[in-house]
Amino acid sequence: MNSVVPAPVARQPWAMLAPLILLTLFGSAVLFSAAGGNLQPFALSHLVRFAIFLTMASVMTLFSREFVRLFAYPAYAVILLLLVGVEALGFVGGGSQRWINLGPIVLQPSELMKPAVVLALARFYGDLPSGMVPTWRSLVPAGVMIGVPMLLVLAQPDLGTALAIGFGGAIVMFLAGLPLKWFGGAAAAGAALAPLAFFFGLKPYQQRRVFTFLDPESDPLGDGYHITQSKIAIGSGGITGKGFNEGSQSHLNYLPEPHTDFVFATMAEEWGLIGGLFVLLAFFLILRWGWKVALASEDRFSRLLAGGMVATVFFYVAINLMMVMGLAPVVGIPLPFMSHGGSSMMTNMICLGTLMMIHRWNVRSGRRGLS
Amino acid sequence: MALLRRRRASRAKPITSPATLSASFERRSFVVGAVQGGVGLLLAGRMTYLSVFESEKYTLESESNRVNLSLIPPRRGWILDRNGAPLASNKADFRVDIIPDRMRDPKAELATLAPLLGLDADKLRDLHDKIDANHGFQPIEVASGLNYEQFAAVSVRLPDLPGVVPQRGFSRFYPTGPAVGHLIGFVGPANAEEYQKDRNPILITPGYKIGKDGIEKQFEQRLRGVPGARRVEVTATGRMVRDLATREDVQGDPVQLTIDGPLQDYAARRLGLESGSVVVIDCQTGDLLCMASMPSFDPNSFSDGIGRVEYSMLSQDERVPLRNKVLKGLYPPGSTVKPMVAMSFLEAGLDPNAATSCAGGLRVGNRVFHCWNRRGHGHVDMAKGIYQSCDVYFYHFAQQIGMDTIAAMARRCGMGQEFPLPVLSQFYGTVPDPAWKLKKYGQEWQAYDTVNATIGQGYMLANPLQLAVMAGRLATGKKLMPRLQLNPDEPNPASMNFHGDHVQVIQNAMSDVVNGPGTAGRARLPIDDVLMAGKTGTAQVVGLNISSGKGGIWKYRDHGLFIFFAPFDNPRYAGAVVIEHGGGSGAAYPIARDVMTFMFDPQKGLEALYALEKQWGGTAQERLTARYAAFAAAAGQNIGPAPRREEDVFARVDAESRAAQTRPQPLETGAVAPPPEPVANTVPPNADQAIPVPSPGPSPLPSPAPFPEPR
Repeated sequence: MNSVVPAPVARQPWAMLAPLILLTLFGSAVLFSAAGGNLQPFALSHLVRFAIFLTMASVMTLFSREFVRLFAYPAYAVILLLLVGVEALGFVGGGSQRWINLGPIVLQPSELMKPAVVLALARFYGDLPSGMVPTWRSLVPAGVMIGVPMLLVLAQPDLGTALAIGFGGAIVMFLAGLPLKWFGGAAAAGAALAPLAFFFGLKPYQQRRVFTFLDPESDPLGDGYHITQSKIAIGSGGITGKGFNEGSQSHLNYLPEPHTDFVFATMAEEWGLIGGLFVLLAFFLILRWGWKVALASEDRFSRLLAGGMVATVFFYVAINLMMVMGLAPVVGIPLPFMSHGGSSMMTNMICLGTLMMIHRWNVRSGRRGLS
Repeated sequence: MALLRRRRASRAKPITSPATLSASFERRSFVVGAVQGGVGLLLAGRMTYLSVFESEKYTLESESNRVNLSLIPPRRGWILDRNGAPLASNKADFRVDIIPDRMRDPKAELATLAPLLGLDADKLRDLHDKIDANHGFQPIEVASGLNYEQFAAVSVRLPDLPGVVPQRGFSRFYPTGPAVGHLIGFVGPANAEEYQKDRNPILITPGYKIGKDGIEKQFEQRLRGVPGARRVEVTATGRMVRDLATREDVQGDPVQLTIDGPLQDYAARRLGLESGSVVVIDCQTGDLLCMASMPSFDPNSFSDGIGRVEYSMLSQDERVPLRNKVLKGLYPPGSTVKPMVAMSFLEAGLDPNAATSCAGGLRVGNRVFHCWNRRGHGHVDMAKGIYQSCDVYFYHFAQQIGMDTIAAMARRCGMGQEFPLPVLSQFYGTVPDPAWKLKKYGQEWQAYDTVNATIGQGYMLANPLQLAVMAGRLATGKKLMPRLQLNPDEPNPASMNFHGDHVQVIQNAMSDVVNGPGTAGRARLPIDDVLMAGKTGTAQVVGLNISSGKGGIWKYRDHGLFIFFAPFDNPRYAGAVVIEHGGGSGAAYPIARDVMTFMFDPQKGLEALYALEKQWGGTAQERLTARYAAFAAAAGQNIGPAPRREEDVFARVDAESRAAQTRPQPLETGAVAPPPEPVANTVPPNADQAIPVPSPGPSPLPSPAPFPEPR
């Protein structure tokens, strides 16, 4: 680093922050267009939230490793209790309930559970004596820690979030070095149980979404509508797009949810392939930086924590983009840093804040940081 | 490799140390990272595929989402009379259609519309019938000719009325209404079969109508025009954002007919309460100036959709308002064939002064054929045979000349012929001759057959158009071909090649029918310098044993016929009037007289008409409206629905008359006694009469003529 830039600024992980800030600015430009060329109601609040959560992430970096280790299980337990509370409220209120209204903020515990599961599992495997890793004692507590919140979230019902929790947990277990044959066995069991789960576990509307995904043209005005219109928006953008504020699919309401789940289609219609590749590149840079942080950290807890956080963010990005491009069924998962919405922004910034925190630990401990 | 080695190692020595776990983390994180990178590449590839290789397809789909193309129905071409006045034009109006497919609850929506548009219970039932019977995509007209307030009242309620389409448009307007009903036809929305035949999207555009009958149908393609189009940007919910482009419609080409509009209207109105037809043709060109057929329907109201009450009223009427009598009415021509028969005599070499003596009948073989005048006409030459309509004269000379000669002349004059006219169909009747009878009945021609044919009875049948053509050809000696469409190159009819002064002989004899000591003195024109020539005819419908033919039950009365031309020595117009069941020719020639008066002096003609219409209770249009109201009030609820297809409206009537035409006529076994002919200015029994004489012998004397009024 040269001396012109002050040290506190130069110290920041610009390899990740630069693409992140560009991506968020781009996202608010798209939201500006989705609101018909207005800052309100999407773009401005998107930027404000990003600023707040970035500050929050900066504060997080100050936490010490010991504090975070100490904090891991209590945080998990509190969030689990909140999930149960939401269930209970929903049961009393009659119907699906995902939020707890705490006066000024609306809390969605299932969102917080995604990083919390990763944190608790990292703590668990960090403490586990290495000799016990290939035994059942490494599997059962972890399985319970993942399974209970998943079931609670499934009951809401929110299949997308439950899968995200499961995915983050499974990746931590994989990275923790559990025997491969367990994963092979789980995959085989999953494949065998999938049809059963599909026919008895899923609600009819979820089953329909899967069928629609397999053949969207079968019902272009009903369930296939979302996928079809999203593909039309992306495809009609071409290489360079229709131009800023010129997207007809989003502006004339053909595209459903143009500012949340299908924000990528809104973007691609106006910015074309170039915009799409920019978004993919930004996510690539952010996630690659995350893996570098994970590999650079020296202790097991930090490594697993970092790997799990990267996996959680990746899950959002991958599932959302596959859905928008017609490669996955419609599940309500937003695109990080571009979709309008506070909960997902908070979750993803917690993930990135954690990675920044580990990055700081790595730098502190004298090992080579990653610029 | 690494994994394999590890597995082997763990099997052999299951020691897991922090070092192996760290190595495992590095390997596995690489695998996860690689898989993630792979997903990233997959997404990039998919993105490229969608936005580069499928871009064209999706751009098109995006445009078709965004842009809504709506057709603007073209204004229909006008139908003009020979002077360029419209017989059918377009009237700008507000209208409301419904498209049942797009309606949530048709019954409830119609109930909402009813008070706004003033729909009564009958109209509502008609609409329900149509909704049930139609294909859902077909627009159904609910109301047209609305005022702005009604239009606005519907428009503001549109959010609650899906499938209701209010629009500004044009509706077809026939200024003279029923007078042109049969000739012009009417328009209506295309039905499913028509759309299947011609998959033109304009056909299912709300408010668009195609020709359903007559000229409207015959010239459909020419009248149609080119639809305009409006490209509108719409949101997913169908709200219009802005107009992108509008292409104006191109009005259809006009069709100009040879019809003289005012004359057509006058003749139709002059027919009055009678059921009949008037044909007038131009003697220089063959132009059809008038083809009136009454009673008729009002094409204006048919074009709004045929209501059940209206259909029921028209289809039950024994005067068949749904039949075009000019082309599809077939009648025994009666004595109107006599000038033609006389011409065949002349051409066969008969001296016009050759005479016979009429004693009220003629004995042929062992039978006596009566003259309509049982007292006899005394010495009768050709002229007297025509103007007094003496049957014995024709019996006598027809025996000498033979039926083949007469039949050939009948055909030369247009009888039994189908003319090349732009009409949907014409019935062309029969000219009987020995060969025809042998073929049809397998029997030899008999003397009484000739006798019947020479007085236009028996097997002989003709439509009014043929009679008018016959009159024109005899009057001018030119082969007039009727034409209906006006075009700049005037036809130059060929000569009939009648010899010598034969045409003048016939002209003079026919002038005497009216202006001399003939049977139609009352037909004399009230114009000093124009003399009309003509020939009366009375065609018997049933035997005298059933009815005298003069009065009583309407459908047993004789048909009244009259052919004419004027001026007699230099014919300008020729024509025919046929009154169904008029009770004799006395019902026909006053109409011919007034129509010709109107041609030469419209003012005088109209005065005569106004006086009559005062007695009848208004114009044809007014009487039709009044009848409709009375019928609707009387019929109440018990009326079956109108036919769904417009073709069916006429099908029954057409089928009946076709059946009547082809019905195996009973083999004539005797001479038809001619019905009495009214003779104006000679001694009473002023009538020919047709009495079937089943056996030779004395038959009762005919009653005195019903029109004994001297001029």
